[in-house]
Formats: sequence, C-alpha cells, structure tokens
Amino acid sequence: MAEPQSLKLPADAGTQLVFRSGVYLASQQFMRNYAALVGFVILFLFCLAAVLAEWLSPYDPTLLKLSVKLQPPSLSHWMGTDFFGRDIFTRVIWGGRVSLLVALMVVFYSVMVGVPIGLLSGFIGGKLDNVLMRVMDAFLTFPPLLLAVAIVGLMGPDLKNVVIALAIVQVPVFARIVRSSTLSAREEVYIVAARALGASPFRIVFSGILRNIVSPIVVQITIVFAGAIVAEASLSFLGLGSQPPDPSWGRDLSDARRYMSDAPWLLIGPILAIMMCVLSINFIGDGLRDSLDPRTWRARTAKKDQIMVPEGVGTSA
Amino acid sequence: MNVQPVLSVRGLDTRFATGDGVVHAVDHVSFDLMAGEVLGIVGESGSGKSVTALSVMKLVVCPPGQVSAGEITLDGEDILHIDEAQARRIRGSRIAMIFQDPMKSLNPVLTIGRQLTEVIAEHLGLDSQASRQRAIELLSAVGIPRAETRLGDYPHQFSGGMRQRVMIAIALSCDPRVLIADEATTALDVTIQAQIIDLVKRLADERDTAVIWISHDLGVVAGICDRVAVMYAGRIVEMGTVRDLFHRPSHGYTLGLLASTPRLDDAEDRRLQPIDGMPPNLTGPMSLCPFLPRCVHAIDTCHEKPPEWRQVADGHGTRCWADLGRYWRDGDP
Repeated sequence: MAEPQSLKLPADAGTQLVFRSGVYLASQQFMRNYAALVGFVILFLFCLAAVLAEWLSPYDPTLLKLSVKLQPPSLSHWMGTDFFGRDIFTRVIWGGRVSLLVALMVVFYSVMVGVPIGLLSGFIGGKLDNVLMRVMDAFLTFPPLLLAVAIVGLMGPDLKNVVIALAIVQVPVFARIVRSSTLSAREEVYIVAARALGASPFRIVFSGILRNIVSPIVVQITIVFAGAIVAEASLSFLGLGSQPPDPSWGRDLSDARRYMSDAPWLLIGPILAIMMCVLSINFIGDGLRDSLDPRTWRARTAKKDQIMVPEGVGTSA
Repeated sequence: MNVQPVLSVRGLDTRFATGDGVVHAVDHVSFDLMAGEVLGIVGESGSGKSVTALSVMKLVVCPPGQVSAGEITLDGEDILHIDEAQARRIRGSRIAMIFQDPMKSLNPVLTIGRQLTEVIAEHLGLDSQASRQRAIELLSAVGIPRAETRLGDYPHQFSGGMRQRVMIAIALSCDPRVLIADEATTALDVTIQAQIIDLVKRLADERDTAVIWISHDLGVVAGICDRVAVMYAGRIVEMGTVRDLFHRPSHGYTLGLLASTPRLDDAEDRRLQPIDGMPPNLTGPMSLCPFLPRCVHAIDTCHEKPPEWRQVADGHGTRCWADLGRYWRDGDP
C-alpha cells in the first residue's frame, strides 16, 4: 500500500519534505517511540512542577506544623506529613527544583568542558592528546562519589559546590567518549572528502565530526543527567548537599529513614520522584539516540506511510 | 591545444616514515595534464596511485607522510610550497577529487543540499539563494531527477550510483581545472560504472576540465582516458596514449597487466596469465628496475643498470630496457 503510493507521488509531495528541517524529522521519529514520549511527558511535568512550585504546591515546604506531624497519606496530605508536620507532596515538588537544577547544571558544565577537551584531544592528537587524556585518567581513578564527597567536604556543603563536584567527576567521561568518537569519525572517508573540497578545520570539526557524534554525546548526557539526580540525592542524603530546612529528595529520604518503621510512607514520595525522573530520562535517552541518526530513519519509516522516495527511483537517467 | 599544461608534476617524491623504514610511496613521478584531457593512472594496490593524487591535493598526512621533493604547478603556479590556508582555497575550487566509496564519502548527517551549498558558498562566495540555485543546476547536470526536491534528502536516501553523482556534482560545483577521480567507479556495478564514466567524460568535455582517472581496471581506463600512465612501485613505468599502451606496450609490467586482463576480442582458448610474485618492498632505495624480479622479459641490461626513461614514439615513453616490439599488435600505428 505504501510503496505504490510513494512511487506515484509526484514532485509536489516531495517538495514538502524539502522544507522540513532535520529537527522536524528527528522529532517525528522521537514521537514514534512511545516509551520515550511517555518519559518526555513525565520529565516535562517534573520540570513544570519545579518551575511552578510556588503556585502548584498546596503548602509551604518549610513551615513547621507539629500538630499534623507524621500523618499517613490522606486527601489533604497526599503523601502524608513528616516529623515536623510538613507536607511531603509539597516537599517533593520543591525538591524537584533542587534536583533538576543541580542535574542540569552538572550536565551543562561537564559538557561545556568535557566535549571541547575530547574534540581537541581526538582531532589534534599527538602530545596534546596524551597530556589531556592522562589528566582525565587521573580524575577517573577516583571513585566518583568519593571524589564528590571530598570536594564538597573541602569546600563546604553547598549546592554550588555539589554542582562543581559532580561536574568535575563527569568531565572525563564526556572527554573520553567524545575523543574516541572523534578518533573514529576523523578517519571517515567523508572527512577526507571534505578536506579535499577545501573545508576548513573548523567546519570539519563542527559539521563533519561533531554532527556525527551527537548521538553518543546525547546518550551520555541523559546518563549523566540521571546519574546527577541520584548523586545529588546521595550527597544530600549524606548531609553534604542541600541543607535543612531546604527541601531535597535525598535529604527527605535521609529524614524519612529515621521514621521508617513508624511512618514508611515518608519514603514513597522522594523515592518515587527519583525513580520516575531517572527512568523517564533513560527512556528519553534511548529515544533520542534512535531519532538523532538519520541513518536509522529509513528502517523505521519504511514500515509506515511516510513520504519517502524509494531508493533507486530515477537512476535510469 | 594549450601550450601550457594545466597541471604539471615534476619529480614528485612522497615518503612515509614507518616502523620498518622510509617507504618511497611515490618515486620521481612526473606528468603533464592538458586542459580537457583525461589522464589515466593504473597500477596495482600500493603502486602509489592514490598517494600521487593526495600529494597533488596536499592531503598527505604529515607525519608520517611527506612530499619530500618535486614540483607541482597548477596553471603555472606553484601549489606544492604553499601554506594550508592557500591549499584550502585551491582544493574544491581549482582541483577537486572524488573518492572510491560513494557510500562513505558523503557526510551521513547532513542533507546533500547542505553539503553542496557549503562548498559553493565557501569557494564562490554566493549567497544562500544563489548557492541553492546552483546546487539544483548541478544535480540536474549530473542526472539526478527532481533535483530541487532532493536537496533536502540525506545521503542514505540515495543509491550508490546516485551518491557518486552527487559527489561529482559537489566536485564540479566550482568548475575546477582538474578533477581527480580516485577509483571513482570501483565500488559500483558495471552498468552504473558505465553511466558514471559517460557522465564524467561529458562534463569534463563541456567544462574543459582536465581529469586524472585513477583505476586498477584497464577496461575502464581504456574507455575514458586519452593518455595513460602505468605505475609500479611508486614510479611511472610507462606513459602514452591509450592506443600506444594497449597495442604497443613497451614495459614488461604493462605487458603483464594486459596478459592478465580478459578482453572481449580474445580467442576462446586464450588463458589469462597472472604476474607471478609480489610487488617489492618500498623501503630503501632500489638500484635496478623494481619489476625485475617478476619480469619474464628481462634482458641482461636489466640486471646491470637501472632503466632510464626512453621514448618509444612521440608521446610514448617507458622505463624498460627490453624491446617488446614482438608483442605489439599488427596493423596498428
């Protein structure tokens, strides 16, 4: 059904495709992946809740109200209340602001530093590559969380320091991934062909190499993003992240742990938040990886009624 | 015909430093290329064909490679001793190159429209509308139907032959003086190969572009080239017109190549004769003819001194001592 139709499609049907940008086509691919779509919606809701926390949350996240302490979930307190009578649901919403912001900053800084290092190292190679990679190796020898604990321990427990600590740990990860992808992309025939056509090193790096290694970077971004949420929660759990009374998923878990036998529902909110966030990010990562690479498009679109000119049509000219 | 050649290569030496010593990949190669002429370079793998092309393009990766001697001039202008920025301006605009594997020589994540217009915009300085227009014209010229609608397509949406057409369109986008086709049809099947050859021939003719056609396929070379250079062990061992080479081969290696290639007009019982042995190791200098160990036509002189370049006829030269006149085909000039 799809094939004879697309064969018949005249030039005007194809014309539409021309004006559709790569971003449009990629997002179309992404939409087809239901898990990724669901993940995206969930993460979007989390972000929305974090941004609109002031208006969305039913209570004040830090207001103590001992008269309602340790209440089980009810209509007025969906996730119950903690030892100080604070509404858990409210604190989960506010905690998302901290967790997502920290994760976003960690990703931003580690990409901003790690990707250029990897590109330089892989593209220029030689001594520079050696020096940069040995430095990265040195960072990688530390257990990531321990290094973060040490850095925060040195600089004091503060969210800014948590971001710095987690970003430092992730820089070498990006650098290594980008470097190895660059090394293999650099040897591709189309890079030599681009050089033979007079492309500048700048263009070779950006449209030749970087464009082709976007998918490993994006996948790594989602992994780091998810990891940063967990790491921030861990640091806060250990008391090194956000400080009381500020809400944070990790901190609230740590508080809830003390009342685990009396009020186990205290755990549910933060745990659910962390889990759903991380899971949806992972789904998004999978979806992005598939949709960012035009080479994987055909296999998927061929099955659907996508307007695509079949290969080889018109080769007779 | 122009008196001055478009591209002139004199005594080109390209070396690679390897763990086993210095490899003389290209050894004293000289040739001239006239406007509109198609020069074939044939030889087996490792004979220095591609390295010659890369040397002309100044694309030899250094280290380990290095063009250690010689002169390359384009329209009388030295293009060997120029800096990278100048070389970049020449590449793609005055000398362009197409590669063996059309499946891999286009950037898979950019639309072909973008890849075409980038080159056009960079070298010709056209704005995006004009670049687009030119891209459409070029795609039509290389025989891609509905060129306008295909600008937004990605390379994977084209077949191998179509991709090579796109590559040719990109290579010809700035009307280069010289087009180097490095095994441009080797990865394609025979019918597509014939189409691509026709296309390059026609376009080169229309635009007066000189072509260097690198191939290991004598049949292809016979079909497209005006003159042919046979390379062996980094040297040009024989050079002449296609007729000269096929009918009056004057080097043991050329003769061996011809004897190992099937021809349509072969007698039915003719057996193909392989060339025994292996190509020589290219590290270190060679005092005698590099083909000597494999040559069945060697005479005493061959074992005494290295072969010198000698003219067999006007425009037909060889680097071989032996007189191979008895193998020439009768009745030909």
